[in-house]
Amino acid sequence: MQIQNELSKRILIIDGAMGTMIQRRKLEEADYRGERFKDWHTDVKGNNDLLNITQPQIIIDIHKEYLEAGADIIETNTFSCTSIAMADYDMQSFAYELNVEGARCARIAADEYNAKDPSKPRFVAGAIGPLNKTLSLSPDVNNPGYRAVTFDEVAIAYTEQIRGLADGGVDLFLIETIFDTLNAKAAIYAIKKYFRENPSGKGELPIMISGTITDASGRTLSGQTLEAFYTSIRHARPISVGLNCALGATQMRPHIEELSQIAECYTSAYPNAGLPNAFGEYDEQPHETAHIIEDWAKEGFVNIVGGCCGTTPDHIKHIADQVKNYSPRQLPVLEAVL
Amino acid sequence: METTVIKPYLRLAGLEPLVVRPETNFVNVGERTNVTGSKKFARLIRDNKYEEALSVARQQVESGAQILDVNMDDALLDGVLAMTTFLNLLQAEPDIARIPVMIDSSKFEIIEAGLKCVQGKCIVNSISLKEGEEKFIDQAFICKSYGASVIVMAFDEKGQADTKERKIEICERAYNILVQQVDYDPQDIIFDPNIFAIATGIEEHNNYAVDFIEATRIIKQKMPLTKVSGGVSNVSFSFRGNDTVREAIHSVFLLHAIAAGMDMGIVNAGQLQVYDEIEPRLRELCEDVILNRNPEATDQLLAFAETVKAKGKTVVQDQAWRSEPVEKRLSHSLVNGITDFIDADTEEARVKYPKPLDVIEGPLMDGMNIVGDLFGAGKMFLPQVVKSARVMKKAVAVLTPYIEAEKEVRRLAHIEAGTVNEEGAGAAKILLATVKGDVHDIGKNIVGVVLGCNGYDIIDMGVMVPADKILETAKREKVDIIGLSGLITPSLDEMVHIAKEMKRQKFELPLLIGGATTSRMHTAVKVAPEYDEGVVHVLDASRSVTVAGSLLSKEQKPDFLKTLKDEYSKLKQDFANKKTAKSYLPFAQAQENKVKIDWDAFTPVEPTFTGTRGFTDYSLEEIAAYIDWQPFFIAWELHGKFPQILSDEKVGAEATRLYKDAQVLLKKIIAEKWLTANGAIGFWPANSNGKDTITVLNEEKKELVYLESLRQQVKKAGGQPNISLTDFIAPTESGKQDYLGAFAVTIQGIEPHLKRFDEQHDDYNKITLQALADRLAEAFAELLHKRTRTELWGYAKDESLTNDDLINESYVGIRPAPGYPACPDHTEKYKLFDLLEVTRLTGIQLTESLAMYPAASVCGWYFANPQSKYFGIGKVEKDQVVDYANRKGMALEEVERWLRPVLEYDA
Repeated sequence: MQIQNELSKRILIIDGAMGTMIQRRKLEEADYRGERFKDWHTDVKGNNDLLNITQPQIIIDIHKEYLEAGADIIETNTFSCTSIAMADYDMQSFAYELNVEGARCARIAADEYNAKDPSKPRFVAGAIGPLNKTLSLSPDVNNPGYRAVTFDEVAIAYTEQIRGLADGGVDLFLIETIFDTLNAKAAIYAIKKYFRENPSGKGELPIMISGTITDASGRTLSGQTLEAFYTSIRHARPISVGLNCALGATQMRPHIEELSQIAECYTSAYPNAGLPNAFGEYDEQPHETAHIIEDWAKEGFVNIVGGCCGTTPDHIKHIADQVKNYSPRQLPVLEAVL
Repeated sequence: METTVIKPYLRLAGLEPLVVRPETNFVNVGERTNVTGSKKFARLIRDNKYEEALSVARQQVESGAQILDVNMDDALLDGVLAMTTFLNLLQAEPDIARIPVMIDSSKFEIIEAGLKCVQGKCIVNSISLKEGEEKFIDQAFICKSYGASVIVMAFDEKGQADTKERKIEICERAYNILVQQVDYDPQDIIFDPNIFAIATGIEEHNNYAVDFIEATRIIKQKMPLTKVSGGVSNVSFSFRGNDTVREAIHSVFLLHAIAAGMDMGIVNAGQLQVYDEIEPRLRELCEDVILNRNPEATDQLLAFAETVKAKGKTVVQDQAWRSEPVEKRLSHSLVNGITDFIDADTEEARVKYPKPLDVIEGPLMDGMNIVGDLFGAGKMFLPQVVKSARVMKKAVAVLTPYIEAEKEVRRLAHIEAGTVNEEGAGAAKILLATVKGDVHDIGKNIVGVVLGCNGYDIIDMGVMVPADKILETAKREKVDIIGLSGLITPSLDEMVHIAKEMKRQKFELPLLIGGATTSRMHTAVKVAPEYDEGVVHVLDASRSVTVAGSLLSKEQKPDFLKTLKDEYSKLKQDFANKKTAKSYLPFAQAQENKVKIDWDAFTPVEPTFTGTRGFTDYSLEEIAAYIDWQPFFIAWELHGKFPQILSDEKVGAEATRLYKDAQVLLKKIIAEKWLTANGAIGFWPANSNGKDTITVLNEEKKELVYLESLRQQVKKAGGQPNISLTDFIAPTESGKQDYLGAFAVTIQGIEPHLKRFDEQHDDYNKITLQALADRLAEAFAELLHKRTRTELWGYAKDESLTNDDLINESYVGIRPAPGYPACPDHTEKYKLFDLLEVTRLTGIQLTESLAMYPAASVCGWYFANPQSKYFGIGKVEKDQVVDYANRKGMALEEVERWLRPVLEYDA
């Protein structure tokens, strides 16, 4: 695997926020709709994933900004491209297509940069988000046993997304912002099943997994400790496991340190640009984020770093500059005997 | 950057992880949430009373279940629906969902329904080859795609395995399929080799327990990463209705099954009889039926079952001091370490004083102050202080419920009045822990007791505690001092790491460093510079009291730390200066200056066998004769030669008492078989390369392993050699076939007894037991070495040495241990363990820091050459370390990390 090769040599950079960059363009309802959905029966403004079809050039341009800033891995704009999440806009039937087009946008941008400098391969990660419905928590406080969705429904939705991403040409899958491990397990289940039923000559695509620790308790939203989370997704045999979102780099440090001690695979971390201020905006400056992440590189905690909510190409550039001289975290020695 | 090592443990998770390490002992799987096993639970589920059913689960967790077995196999239930509903509800209860779930069903559709509800890593109970390989593989693939571990029942197309041979055969077959075709990790495979009822009156059933136990032993030997589980209550099925007998049978069965390697079992955790507390006659009869060693056993046990009765306690006679006022009596009990009356006396004082806390702060602390003064004045010795502490703990245990109740009343009063509750300051808190990777804790336990006696609140986190847990607890509990302990060299690095972390996390409390491997010098040079808020090396328990006192006194602390800082920086400077004082030879020159042995004149003695030999359950009585008592007294901080110490003017009386108590305990250990001594020795053809490598060969003269030695490098006075262990083995070029031996011994089974003493607040016997176990391990090593010299290797057949001679090491040949002065590299232990099959033959495990577990274990090499002798490597230079790292095929940094204490240079 090419990415494995690169990971053994250096710390890879994953891109920053897509939403923040789309927001900057101040798109209106009509821009989101484009020609094809100009008569759609619900409002679609805010359905960022729809832009894969209606404004592909904007998405390609954002990918290029991140590549220019030094990103080695770019994430497809497909965080919510499942039939379950798209139901909010009554667009569940477009889920497959949105994934194919999302993968294609990222593929175009990455291929352009790979052609420019073949010595530094860039990778497209098919982003698989957490869904707006969870399998471990009840939305009804009076009925803790109730679930808004079933494991089978989630697995079917993810299977469709995975098929779209694979058909669109991603290099790997990234199951990210996991706040309910059972949702992630459904995605893993879907990926494993997909490859068992659709064997390709090249074998399975690698999986990156990135969980979310929601607060200082050090647990996921569904209540697991970090080690419990890792134990529960380890069977995916991911190429990397890591953390993203919810926390800024400062708050993420102890967790990424712990993860670096227990993970058998490579580790990734892409925090938010600090914690949101009173207006819900992220104002940690690029050099600040980069400074904290440099310390992780120095301590040997990480193999892949980048940014989540509120981060920009400028953040990514600073991060890439700060970590480029550090060697990546070494993989642990896996003993064969007790 | 340090290399992280990850072991192939079975890892499970609920909301929290459960890692089954070799030292985990036995994992209890809660069995009451099973409709086939619990009528109550079945009724609740059938009546749709899921809320109440959850309380059954909660009660299982509270009584110590580490995994929750959930079974909904009932003809009257929709199993898929019941499993889904119950598990979904369970996920909403963090105190239950904390532990992993075992999804238990004979219907795979129910299992898969369960797997779809649980975010953590589950165990599937169970799959089997009952319906052929194809189905087995399909089901295994599905379990794997949910990330579950699987229990494989020893069941195949022909039926359920009842004999040892069938159990092993089916488990091996299943293992090969799972690992090779389904790509299952071996550590995720758990076997259930079927526990069947014994003592049923049918003769064929009599050997069922033995079959299970023996099959377990072989399965664990052949597939060491896998686990063995079973439903324990089946074994006593024929005694249903008689819980006393059933519980005794379970307890005896588990003792043997666990010893054979059983890792987990479905048991009612709240209802297990403690093995030692079983009426002796009943226990013997249970042993008879379980081990199938007497054809009459079943009938005898049936007959006895009718007569089981509780026995009364003996009454202790009264004495003169009993007529004194209660304060005097409490003080007398404390100073003399008498526990017989402490509960009643404390209760009497509680009634007499206005508040329960007054009893502690009044008469009890007065008594402990007398103890503290006497100890400080050298009129009481550690063993007595520990006995006093036991009395104090018991008294406090009587008062605690009342104190808590009062606190709660005051808290509520504050809430009602809207005022702030400012209590809770109380005694200063000291956190103690043996660091990650290390299992040794006798010294730490003693320090804890002594500090506890002096009024400190001790939080003892036990052994193998990771840095983050220590620091997290320190913050949460708002402790005033952290004390770290360790015995093996890698623990030093861990202490440095913790000091660094304390600095980074901006801690402000002092750090105490103690344990056999630590030193003032190491603390001054390596630890103190990493943390600025006070790092103090504490030599022994008695010193810990003054140190803690100085650190917690606002007036004394600044001066104390200032003095210490000066002292340490001077030590550090001395160290830097001293380093250049000695001169060192280039490594090549040191190799030239090896021990010169005339190999032509040497005839190696061939051992009586080559390969390995195990010694299981060796006679403790025989071993005890070889005990070297002096270190036992040192453990108790009584210094002096044995036996002279017994008549020492100052400490003689106490030493004698301690010796007597130890003898009594030792007799009990031997008579009641508390501990098991296991050992292994091995001999192999070996030759050196004339430098620093020993090649170990098998019988066919094929190379098994290369042992790498370090060599003294300091410049020696004229004529003195630079010694390496390799020098004592004939080089290949001599044309002589030489030999090398190895040994490992261990004393197993201490845990339940330590736990019992803990529960009885009996630190005195706990520490004595630990110290005795250590002594027995050393004595066993001495005994095996003697048998090796005179009989098993036989290179000194005519030897006649007394125990004193042995202690003075006046025998021929040596038995150096990896990690100790002649071969300070702990990582050579891996080779010793592999070569000698130590874990298989003795059950000793290595921790990540290469400490041996159980702590009472010893291993080492045997060298027979008459010129071999004990020596220390001293310090080594970088040229040698680079060469050594090359030879070992290890990264330089890693070698330097392990060898840090002997490096002459700063790595």
